[in-house]
Amino acid sequence: MDSNLMQAMLRDMLRARAFEEAAAQSYAQGQIAGFLHLYPGEEAVAVGALHAAEPGDYVVSTYREHVHALVRGISARSIMAELHGKKTGVSSGMGGSMHLFDRERRFLGGYAIVGETFPIALGAGYAVGYRKLPEAVICFFGDGAVNQGTFHETLNMAALWKLPILFICENNHYQIGTEIHRHSAIVDVYRRACAYGIPAEQEDGMDVLAVYAAAQRALHRVRSGDGPQFLELTTYRYRGHSMSDPGSYRPEAEVKAYEAADPIAAAIHEVSLKYPSQSELAAAGPDCIRQFFDRCCQDGHIDDAALQRLQSEVQSEIDDAVQFAIQSPQPTMEDAQAAFTQNRRFETLL
Amino acid sequence: MTDLLYWQALNRAMDIELAEDDSVFTLGEDVALYGGTYRVTEGLLAKYGEWRVRDTPISENTFTGLGVGAAMLGLRPVVEIMTINFALLAMDAIVNMAAKIPFMSGGQFPMPLTIRMPGGIARQLGAQHSQRLEVMFMNVPGLRIVVPSTPQDAYWQLRQAIRSDDPILVLEHELLYFQKGAVDETAIAPPLHQAQIRRAGRDLTCITYSRMSTVAQEAAAELASEGIEMEVIDLRSLSPIDWESCVQSVSRTHHCLIVEEDCRFAGTGAEFCATLQEFCFYQLDAPIQRVAALDLPTPFNGALEAATIPAKENVVQAARKLMGLNQGVSQ
Ligand SMILES: Cc1ncc(C[n+]2csc(CCOP(=O)(O)OP(=O)(O)O)c2C)c(N)n1
Ligand SMILES: [Mg+2]
Repeated sequence: MDSNLMQAMLRDMLRARAFEEAAAQSYAQGQIAGFLHLYPGEEAVAVGALHAAEPGDYVVSTYREHVHALVRGISARSIMAELHGKKTGVSSGMGGSMHLFDRERRFLGGYAIVGETFPIALGAGYAVGYRKLPEAVICFFGDGAVNQGTFHETLNMAALWKLPILFICENNHYQIGTEIHRHSAIVDVYRRACAYGIPAEQEDGMDVLAVYAAAQRALHRVRSGDGPQFLELTTYRYRGHSMSDPGSYRPEAEVKAYEAADPIAAAIHEVSLKYPSQSELAAAGPDCIRQFFDRCCQDGHIDDAALQRLQSEVQSEIDDAVQFAIQSPQPTMEDAQAAFTQNRRFETLL
Repeated sequence: MTDLLYWQALNRAMDIELAEDDSVFTLGEDVALYGGTYRVTEGLLAKYGEWRVRDTPISENTFTGLGVGAAMLGLRPVVEIMTINFALLAMDAIVNMAAKIPFMSGGQFPMPLTIRMPGGIARQLGAQHSQRLEVMFMNVPGLRIVVPSTPQDAYWQLRQAIRSDDPILVLEHELLYFQKGAVDETAIAPPLHQAQIRRAGRDLTCITYSRMSTVAQEAAAELASEGIEMEVIDLRSLSPIDWESCVQSVSRTHHCLIVEEDCRFAGTGAEFCATLQEFCFYQLDAPIQRVAALDLPTPFNGALEAATIPAKENVVQAARKLMGLNQGVSQ
């Protein structure tokens, strides 16, 4: 495979990890508030899939979307500033972590209501099909989202009208604290797409090359007019569901007392609030970044020295983004009103 | 009498109702194994088993509809919708089914369904997760809505809601879950929909509910130091509304200030104001005033978010103005 592409994907995976860890740190320092859903562990999904996409393609994502935005070319500065609620943020400080939007880069948003990415992608796919354009729409969602009615309704219409949409399920096996066997009757998510006649594959979402190849195949079919395609990428999130998971603001002693009394809940809190144990991580398979780096070394695309260089470049990009976010101005109420009335440019209401 | 956090009071109420009536069960996202996002159902799975404490997929309209169907067969479901924002996905089950079936069936099917949901503006959760939707439900005949603001009310009103044969929404405020208050489990509960005077005062009546009740009480304390005595009425219920308590108070104070967290335009305060002026027009010395949130989706930025909803200072200022305005008029 092309060395430049391999290096670019490795760089993006490192950027993704560094960005999220920096965000976690800012959150811990009280610089970022609200919900913060992080992506460590799942980098191969966004990086592999979005490197297979064209710049003209549209992307729709969830509240766990910082990395999708970053890989899509939105600057680390403007994403970090948005997380900090600053005026320089990609959504001007009005959206926050879960609502990144970038019209120019065709990033149609992060959505915080589970299941909303489907109709948005359907509408975008309809608009592209309507104008007979060559673009594809890439729709990201979690394993928990497939039990929302919009999932089924969207798959049906997308298949019925052969819309140019690539559905990508980021299957990290958890819907907050509910493991997939406890929320879904069919745990191989891709099989659900077959019910609507949509070609679907399940791939190892920890292997960026497998993701890249599968996304490329699927996008090729989308662009050839074969209608919607579906990928299920199995992956794992290392952090809790979000930084503000209920447990994180509970008095420590209370949590401990509760956990001591209830072994089932204790197990769940382990998973949801901290990095999982080594044994659990091992069972989830090797870390996607480690795995990809080893592969790059093996194939002669990179060596340890180059990796170190890359890492320090990435770290300074992210450090700069954090500094930028901290130093950026707060938006004002006039900014908020301006965003709110933007649509009314040519109209005066009463 | 014990001191409990708001969530603990709700947890206690759930526990007792589950214990006392085997037709009571609860379901929702992460209510069982995880114990509920705000811990309200903590420990209940271990005690009552999965048929009675059930984790659901993310399928709000359908699992709320399940509650409706189960209630038609005589069970007493307590559906937890993780936050009120997701109730928008369950509007069909709530509005078209729960609120209509008892009536459309000519009274054949009672609807002993309770729907609990956290809501209101918490801290920087973004526009989709920072909404006050109570007024949408108020406009639906057939739904009853309670808005407990203290642990004691949370305890009483949840228990009473579960025992009622009407569909009742219990709207819990996200910033109240970790508030502490005394809970007396032996005291006799006031009627479910009766308003409570939280602070007595002779000069003006403040009508409010949920978290704004605490904000209004703080404002009343400050006003008292300036010699203005504001009576604070916590409605506790938004449908029906205890007009009598409001009218009695306003008839004494001749001034009425409404404090609400929801948006001003067509908000809850619009209903309070319209009905109260019908009842009390000739008792009022000044027009009824409203302190409400800005008509704006909630901005993510923390300072802007805070600026969109009423704070103590806004209430104090509005009260001063209401009293001053009146002096101006009568002079
Ligand atoms: C309609 C709706 N219901 C519930 C929630 C609360 N919630 C937020 S994320 C989440 C779990 C989603 O799991 P999944 O789709 O697997 O995505 P992941 O977080 O694992 O990436 C839930 C239940 C929500 N945001 N929207
Ligand atoms: Mg998941």
